[in-house]
Amino acid sequence: MSEVAEAPVLMPAKRRAAQLAMLAFAVVIVMAAYANVGLALDGQIPAGMLTYGLGLGGLMLAAYLVLAKFAPWADPLILPLVTLVNGLGLVMIYRLENSGSKLQAGASATQQIIMTGIGVVLFAVTLIVLRDQRMLQRMTYTAGLIGVLLLISPLIPGLGKEINGARIWIGFGPATIQPAEFAKIALVIFFAGYLVAKRDVLALAGRRLLFIDLPRARDLGPVLITWGVSIGVLVLQKDLGSSLLLFGGFVIMLYVATQRTSWVLIGVLLFVGGAWLAGQLFSHVGDRFDVWLDPGNQAYYDRPFGGSFQIMQGLFGLGAGGVMGTGLGQGHPELIPLAFSDFIFPATGEEIGLTGLMALLMIYALIVQRGLRTSLAARDPFSKLLAGGLSFTLAWQVFIIVGGVTNLIPLTGLVTPFMSQGGSALLANWILIALLVRMSDAARQPPPQAIQNEGMTQVFQR
Amino acid sequence: MSELTLLLIRLAFLAVLWFFVIAAVGVIRTDLFGSRTAPAGPRKGIKPAKPAAKPKNKKGEPRQLVVTGGPLQGTTINLTETPITIGRANDATLVVSDDYASSRHARLFPQDGQWIVEDLGSTNGTYLDRSKVTRPTPVPLGVPIRVGKTVIELRK
Repeated sequence: MSEVAEAPVLMPAKRRAAQLAMLAFAVVIVMAAYANVGLALDGQIPAGMLTYGLGLGGLMLAAYLVLAKFAPWADPLILPLVTLVNGLGLVMIYRLENSGSKLQAGASATQQIIMTGIGVVLFAVTLIVLRDQRMLQRMTYTAGLIGVLLLISPLIPGLGKEINGARIWIGFGPATIQPAEFAKIALVIFFAGYLVAKRDVLALAGRRLLFIDLPRARDLGPVLITWGVSIGVLVLQKDLGSSLLLFGGFVIMLYVATQRTSWVLIGVLLFVGGAWLAGQLFSHVGDRFDVWLDPGNQAYYDRPFGGSFQIMQGLFGLGAGGVMGTGLGQGHPELIPLAFSDFIFPATGEEIGLTGLMALLMIYALIVQRGLRTSLAARDPFSKLLAGGLSFTLAWQVFIIVGGVTNLIPLTGLVTPFMSQGGSALLANWILIALLVRMSDAARQPPPQAIQNEGMTQVFQR
Repeated sequence: MSELTLLLIRLAFLAVLWFFVIAAVGVIRTDLFGSRTAPAGPRKGIKPAKPAAKPKNKKGEPRQLVVTGGPLQGTTINLTETPITIGRANDATLVVSDDYASSRHARLFPQDGQWIVEDLGSTNGTYLDRSKVTRPTPVPLGVPIRVGKTVIELRK
């Protein structure tokens, strides 16, 4: 009996000390970055180092305490990694704000740290309220409805606002939020719940053609509906980023649930076809493709709106940075329009160089790896799909925006998670991280012990 | 600020950034190199030495049953002298909630240092590797046993 009850086989340790040490390390790096910016800009340690650095440290300590109390088994790395990315974003925004360039007029590190604070509050609230992620499974269709409503809300006259050519904001007085960021999470919850219920039919029915298993025609319904919605987002809201994010997330979750390559193939074909058709029919989509194929073209570069000026400035910046970067505070990222939001990646890249960008991408990769690891270790299929879907969404978002600003794929207006200035995205991503932390806590808890004394029976919860 | 100082600060910053990445990887070392090495590591809490616990175990004998596929993937059960039942029934050792499994689907029991799998008259059958289990059959290490959608195997 004692043998069965012991079961230390896969039991992970809590690693709280490691987590706290990594968290402190991340805050120290951020403060060093502030100091570096100040030394380079004015030759002295800036006042911002203490206010922003200690502010960030205090917020993260609060987040850590909530995590230690309400999710003690949670993954030790997720919070420190996110802290570092969030902090480096703050440093870059502070640096751009103090560059005095007219192009960076919207940059405000104070606003961003307030938003980080609200994000941490939402993180804590999610962890405290949501004690078991399976509660979300019961709200599958509610989440789906909320997601779709959020997605279409910018189209409602009077509520929606069009900024910079994309209709993805809704405004309450002076405050604007991007509901698509929150819709992303609601829809991933919906996809996970839906696919858990329907995956058998999607995985098993069908016939084999050549080397792939094709699903039945009538099972194409869900993928076609999602495709329709995402193409609708692309056309009506002029938002290629959210459209790609939504559809890519669904296709990957379908693949994870059914293990059928044919779904990925069908998804890619549908999206490429739809995007190509939209590019032919609508000028704002077509412009993006033109710029992508030939960003150096003088005609595109000089075009006042929808041209390649911004992306070329970003590429020039990355080129100026080179392998080692110009050093924080010593480059000219302020020349890139919107360097504090969509283009924070090349702006950072100019100053920390390829070496630093690789480290930054490694940190993102580690966050995603922790999420996928949680998905592997999760005990019920809903958590598996949800954790896999959320971490993939995060990875996919980083890919879309980093690919966009480096001209690997057509540029789309998505924020770099945790770095870019932008309240909605920051808040939504903190909620996403809270969900991952909650699931990693459930997955890493030691399995329930035998409840009977005979030694014959062991109960496993799903 | 002199150029040299700034250069040194820049290089130091990049080094520290990478050191953070390496430290992060160090924290999850156990993930990368498998959980097998984990108990040997300098970890507190589970000191009660496992290897000494069962000295009578001979070399080739399996010690764990690992679920490698299906909804319960990742579950492990330590093997003792007691038989293991698999099925949908609540009193089974490994309770699978799977439409393709019977309530008492299969049984694993030790005999002369070997583990034997026996189908308990299930509807959809039990498979050892590719072949259907029709009579009690010895299970070699690492060979998959399929029960409905669940795949299990014995490991050391």
